[in-house]
Amino acid sequence: MKLVKFLLVGILFGIIMTKSEAISWYRIQEMFRFQAFHMYGIMGSALAVGVFCVALIKKFHLKSIEGLDISFKDKDKSFVRYFVGGSIFGLGWALAGACPGPIFTLIGNGYTTFIVLFVSAVLGTYTYGVLRSKLPH
Amino acid sequence: MIEWISQPWAWYVSGPMIAFVMILLLWFGQSFGVSSTMRTTCSMLGAGKNVPFFDFDWKGQLWNIAFVLGAIIGGFIAHTYLQSPEIIGISEQTIKDIQQLGVPFDGKLAPDALFSWEQFFTLRGMVTIIGGGFLIGFGTRYAGGCTSGHAISGLSNLQLPSLIAVIGFFVGGLIMTHLLLPFIMAL
Repeated sequence: MKLVKFLLVGILFGIIMTKSEAISWYRIQEMFRFQAFHMYGIMGSALAVGVFCVALIKKFHLKSIEGLDISFKDKDKSFVRYFVGGSIFGLGWALAGACPGPIFTLIGNGYTTFIVLFVSAVLGTYTYGVLRSKLPH
Repeated sequence: MIEWISQPWAWYVSGPMIAFVMILLLWFGQSFGVSSTMRTTCSMLGAGKNVPFFDFDWKGQLWNIAFVLGAIIGGFIAHTYLQSPEIIGISEQTIKDIQQLGVPFDGKLAPDALFSWEQFFTLRGMVTIIGGGFLIGFGTRYAGGCTSGHAISGLSNLQLPSLIAVIGFFVGGLIMTHLLLPFIMAL
């Protein structure tokens, strides 16, 4: 039963991503060509609300549904892994026109070749796991 | 009501709703980050036996698997019951630019010219689907997150590493769009 609420939030997320067209290959191309404000507006307004709410949660020590403090983990300090890893992901994002969330939502929209794309992404993650100790972080 | 929801949503509706998803997950005691589900998938398939990176208790990540199953169902619901009457409205200039690359605009969410099964069995389709997926899976784990984990969750928490990652996302995206895509689309 605990998992049901996550399933429901996932459904909401899938509907938002489809109706906002943020899962569209065309929208991602438009974004990386700076030819429309749409995607920047989505990310900018999500962030404006997000920054404000996270600050509120921290200031008032708001608690989760289970009564525990909502905690935020600081990301490890580094440059190489974020910049290089991020750039590799960026290459894939612009080529496939989808980041991980939209891969799932596109499958739900009937674009079944994205199942193969997901399998390939899992293989990519596996490859990272294998090479991890040899990569600069 | 349904008609109103079925229109494409404006950015100022969509963005705050994505933030709402992030806040719901925080309230449920978790954090918004989709790419870790691929690490969890590796672990569920037994990769932890050979690779220490996947040797963790994946049962603690089942909530995220439920979330992405929901993301699939949400896509299905939007596609089946909330289909927009009009085709997606992207910039005329973008339509011209991608047409020149050999990808005609078909008004769908993802172009058939790249993502239909027919195209999958061409070199161009295979490089796009398999290559794109691999770069996404490798890059997100190397960077420790994707658009949800870094650009939304991380930046909302004012994390400098997330800003570096997001700058990386755009460096990679711009290189692909402006330098590599013309060659890949010509395959």
